[in-house]
Amino acid sequence: MTIEPARLRAGTLAAGFAVLLVAVVAGLGLGPVGIAPRAVLYALVDALPGVSADSGLSSIHEAIVQEVRLPRVVLGLLVGATLSVSGAAYQGAFRNPLVDPYLLGVAAGAGLGATIAITQNLGDGSGFTDLVPLSAFAGALFAVALSYGAGYIGGRSTASLVLAGVAVASFLTACQTYVLQANSDAFREVYSWILGRVATSGWSEPLLLLPYFVVAVAVMLRYRRALDILAVGDEEAQALGIDPRRVRIHVVVAASLGAAAAVSVSGLIGFVGIIVPHVVRLSFGTSYRVLIPLSILFGGAFMVLADLAARTLVEPAELPIGVVTAFLGAPFFVVVLRMSRREVW
Amino acid sequence: MIRSSRLLGLPLAVALLAGACGGDDPIDVTGDDEMTVDSVQPERIVSINPTGTEMLYAVGAGDLVVAVDEFSYYPEGTPVTDLSGWDPNIEAILSYEPDLVVMDWNDDVRTGLEAAGVKVLVITAPSAFDEIYTQIEMIGDATGFDAEALAVIDDMRAAVEGLIADAPDGSTLTYYHELDNTLYSVTSSTFIGAVYSLFGLTNVADSADADGTTFGYPQLSDEYLLDADPDLIFLADTLCCAQSAETVAARPGWDQLRAVRDGNVVELDDDIVSRWGPRLVDFVEAIATAIESVDAA
Repeated sequence: MTIEPARLRAGTLAAGFAVLLVAVVAGLGLGPVGIAPRAVLYALVDALPGVSADSGLSSIHEAIVQEVRLPRVVLGLLVGATLSVSGAAYQGAFRNPLVDPYLLGVAAGAGLGATIAITQNLGDGSGFTDLVPLSAFAGALFAVALSYGAGYIGGRSTASLVLAGVAVASFLTACQTYVLQANSDAFREVYSWILGRVATSGWSEPLLLLPYFVVAVAVMLRYRRALDILAVGDEEAQALGIDPRRVRIHVVVAASLGAAAAVSVSGLIGFVGIIVPHVVRLSFGTSYRVLIPLSILFGGAFMVLADLAARTLVEPAELPIGVVTAFLGAPFFVVVLRMSRREVW
Repeated sequence: MIRSSRLLGLPLAVALLAGACGGDDPIDVTGDDEMTVDSVQPERIVSINPTGTEMLYAVGAGDLVVAVDEFSYYPEGTPVTDLSGWDPNIEAILSYEPDLVVMDWNDDVRTGLEAAGVKVLVITAPSAFDEIYTQIEMIGDATGFDAEALAVIDDMRAAVEGLIADAPDGSTLTYYHELDNTLYSVTSSTFIGAVYSLFGLTNVADSADADGTTFGYPQLSDEYLLDADPDLIFLADTLCCAQSAETVAARPGWDQLRAVRDGNVVELDDDIVSRWGPRLVDFVEAIATAIESVDAA
């Protein structure tokens, strides 16, 4: 490991916010329906409570800005930030660069939960009362609990927990496939969910995710120093006054909650949780004091841009965002990997 | 396969993920090579294709049907079993000792059944409206109910042509046909789209799949659909996804759509729309009624 300045420089943080701002502006200003930037701005100002501005737009175009693009951008930001920071935290807690937020079966559990809800006709896409995200969330938490239970039996080491997660994920994926085969008429709906989408039914999805986003971000920011110390090894961390087990449990629980919530409102969006933290590492260093805040900002920006690509690349049709994140994310990552002079891990 | 026309619309990515489908173009596959006229009338028919089942009963061959797949629940009284039409099991089918199997396109299963000496009739989603009549004729031909099949076809043809002749001109109207609440739709190149084209309606989803990459089943972006503001919205996801005129009106921004404001959101039966049997007349009638209500307003 190279020696890096551990402190997050103000300039770097400002750059992170600038990238996020650019992504948000692009996400709000662009789309399959061309709306003048000035009118978009007025429509957004008009959406603020107590403020009135005449955008000159038709009521439908105003609804596109206020009720379609704005919640989508906010949801993309929250999902991307949550998955990225969870991925970074998991990598730190398990001291393994290949780990992503789905390590303990979150994705498989959520997939099973969503598949059951969809095949049982529980979903109506109606926001707060829609049982698909709730069922997915329950499935994701169930998977993590199962992994913890199984890993504990295996002797408490992080390695046994990782292996338990792999076993649980395979098991739940098999269950999901079985349920789907038995209800093949729900095939397209289920796959459409799995491939991911940040389209919203208004503000319900961002609001559902918000508390978990806040918890995940707060816990990770609090433990960013502890994660740095954990990187040198459990015994050394203990000698420095850190309880590695406690840190690990807090971080993993918060990251799992965040990833579960993100996945349940947006489907199984892959790649973000592993790629964004590594791009940050390659560009700004491996300290978690830099990595955690920047993963939040760049993760949010990446997802907002990925969603913009999802709804404009094949306009007026739409691509599943899970395809976009991997299709654009993988080559981008290779480029960063080639150009960076730093060690990956 | 169940609700075949919808399943055939699986996006490319699904095919990649599931490792299924093999990228075959479902439209090119017709049952023409099964058309060989055979003088021997079948005595035990298994249908694992819900549309095929409806056609068999319509031509009067229902008494010969010994088993159908889990989704062949129409008409009432079909011998529903747990046979799967989506993922057919040759042994399970053969256990009913059929001499004729009506199924969706699946070459492996077809070859297997034929190797076991069973005649196979393949029924796939047609690409043009008139192919329905050909398929019903094939069913009549294969079961020995030729005359009855022709009578069914004549009735359907007369009903459909009557509805079209009586309906007001639809060429100035646009429509959106919804397959599920993530805005999967159909273009005019699909069989469902072809039914709307009978009335001259313009499909707002056509530009979303101009090159046919999604086989005519694109997923629309929400803001595009709002901008398109179709005159008519047809919901073919009332059963699968519990959608209704109310749930549609509650979607963000949708209360601004003219179809929602004017009450021109039509709730269809998913099954009737996605199958192309004799009940298709009901679908044609629903479209005609919808056009009349816009016209009267």
